[in-house]
Amino acid sequence: MNTLNEKPNYNDDIVKLFTIATIFWGIVGFTVGLFIALQLAFPVLNFGEYLTFGRLRPLHTSAVVFAFGGNALFATSYFAVQRTCRTRLWSDGWSSFTFWGYQLFIVLAAIGYVTGITQAKEYAEPEWYADLWLTFVWVAYLVVFMMTLKNRKEPHIYVANWFFLGFIVTVAVLHLVQNISVPVSIFGTKSYPLWGGVQSAMIQWWYAHNAVGFFLTAGFLGIMYYFVPKRAGRPVYSYRLSILHFWSLIFMYIWAGPHHLHYTALPDWAQTLGMTFSIMVWMPSWGGMINGMMTLSGAWHKLREDPVLKFMIISLSFYGMSTFEGPLMSIKEVNALSHYTDWTIGHVHSGALGWVAFITFGAVYHLVPVLWKRSGLYSLKLVNTHLWIATIGIVLYIAAMWVTGIMEGLMWRSYDELGFLRWSFVETVQAKHIPYLIRAFGGLLFLAGALIMVYNVVRTIRGDSAGEAVQDMVHDPNRNDAQNNSRSTGEAVHV
Amino acid sequence: MYSKHAALEKNSILMLIFVVITISIGGIIEIVPLFRMETTIEPVKGIRPYTPLELAGQNVYIREGCYGCHSQQIRALRDEVERYGHYSLAAESMYDHPFQWGSKRTGPDLARVGGKYSDEWHVQHMINPQSLVPESIMPSYPHLSRRVLNLADIGDDLIALRAVGVPYTDEMISSATQDAYAQASQDSDYLDGLFERYGEKVVARNFDGETHTSEMDALVAYLQVLGTMAELQDYKHDGSKRSGQ
Repeated sequence: MNTLNEKPNYNDDIVKLFTIATIFWGIVGFTVGLFIALQLAFPVLNFGEYLTFGRLRPLHTSAVVFAFGGNALFATSYFAVQRTCRTRLWSDGWSSFTFWGYQLFIVLAAIGYVTGITQAKEYAEPEWYADLWLTFVWVAYLVVFMMTLKNRKEPHIYVANWFFLGFIVTVAVLHLVQNISVPVSIFGTKSYPLWGGVQSAMIQWWYAHNAVGFFLTAGFLGIMYYFVPKRAGRPVYSYRLSILHFWSLIFMYIWAGPHHLHYTALPDWAQTLGMTFSIMVWMPSWGGMINGMMTLSGAWHKLREDPVLKFMIISLSFYGMSTFEGPLMSIKEVNALSHYTDWTIGHVHSGALGWVAFITFGAVYHLVPVLWKRSGLYSLKLVNTHLWIATIGIVLYIAAMWVTGIMEGLMWRSYDELGFLRWSFVETVQAKHIPYLIRAFGGLLFLAGALIMVYNVVRTIRGDSAGEAVQDMVHDPNRNDAQNNSRSTGEAVHV
Repeated sequence: MYSKHAALEKNSILMLIFVVITISIGGIIEIVPLFRMETTIEPVKGIRPYTPLELAGQNVYIREGCYGCHSQQIRALRDEVERYGHYSLAAESMYDHPFQWGSKRTGPDLARVGGKYSDEWHVQHMINPQSLVPESIMPSYPHLSRRVLNLADIGDDLIALRAVGVPYTDEMISSATQDAYAQASQDSDYLDGLFERYGEKVVARNFDGETHTSEMDALVAYLQVLGTMAELQDYKHDGSKRSGQ
């Protein structure tokens, strides 16, 4: 696209705002995560009424998923859709409404959590008034995105935009169905959800698993499909694989929810259906991983030089790992052991830290010099430091959670020679203390890495350079294209 | 097939429609039958809507985020049935809006915690869990016994719940506040009405031992009813094969 002489007047101010919000909420979410991890190791850290684990846990999950992840999706989708459509983002007013409106939603939700206003549905805790507001903001997001697609100067809609579109519209459907409720009073905060009992359980996990499948997977695959080819200076590995894995991923993911309800009062047929599709969705997941990784064909040497690309490729590796672990854990017999344990927490974090956060860090490192028109990042060495500190942090975290999860699962079902349960519940709690400390240490490393990123980003925005020998070559797209002339293929370069 | 895909790539509205169709199929097939099939919730004797005081207790439970660490769903697995009691039946949570099955056991399952501990134990455990279970990592909730429960508008909660399908009668709604206070005291004149509306099995007493009706009263009333409504004697030993004993 850079060969075209005229560059449209892109709206990058809105992308800047979302990028800053991404970093800000990321730090908030990781800090609260570290704090509640410490609360599990040292319950004395539950201060007073407002800062207990019960109230801070949704604050952590929402801050990471919706505030950090959500802002990252806004930033990257708004950035990518303009470039791939070669047109300015539709309506400055409405796009800026999506920014302030979304931040208001986050603040409304967060205030609710600490003051105990919650619907008690995991990842859908905000009460009815915040949900209504989010619906409004989300429709605006969909309209801005669709209108920008409509105004495109390119004949084809690029693959990253399929994923962004799939994510936006599916999240809208999930949000609406999950959150229908009857307020006790229009002047009060409390409401009762329309769904109850077993049906509300099914709808909850249909919603929550697809929050993973669409918010944290399809949306972030959109990021991958724009930023990995861009960073590698290579076209997407396979166009056919893109089509195949996009449609099969969004079709199959929707079914996977009941694997959260194995051996419960949910009817067996629904459990089996959920398990079957959860295993099947392994394939399209790996389709995406392969398509992303193989995009580096002929450019593998860049992995040595470019820590930003490293973030993206390690992120795809974690994506591959957790999308293998997920189907495994959805098998009923495995789930009998893993469910209700810390193994699930470890699984979630290999996805959230390894995949979601790493691809976001990669995108942020790529975006900041472009948005603020700097020749490169302040320091690539610091990017590398961030990369390794964070990777070690994740490995400590997930390994600790595998250990505690499998250990407590086995302890709960362990019998002595007389046929009695061997362990009381609290003995299993006690046994997790040391791994909980290791987990918190892993989280601390991850947070430290993110703080290094903040420093690096601030210095980059200020226009500083650490004066390193290896400069950030990748940001100048023209130079990038010149390098790529060595490989002449007939494939259409989408980016 | 791949060449036809170009039609979607060139038309954003068409793409949107195809995405919506694709993502709707799975959800419709898994969710809609749960509302239509009578076998989803097998009727169990004894299940009733919560009394206003128990409901207020559930709302405290929800407010404090208890579901983040405690499940209320005993799976049909041998060790769970032995540790917690009969596996949970769908009917037992049919009046929970939303369900409180949870997804994590940082603390033990509470689906059948009702009647397992004394009121005094629960109160002390909420005020300072470590004083009873030194290894516990649960936060303490001393403010619950200090705070007077606001029951004036609890009838509105019943109205909202009736709107979403919980069979509260007009009488239950009009006497909700009175019923709530009656249940939290041993010797209220209004106890007969409470028993008449919710059954003789309802446990009415001063749960926290204090003179005022506190949030602690409500929470303990809720915990003490969990898992005790269903009359399970017909198939008590189904799930737990105690061959080793």
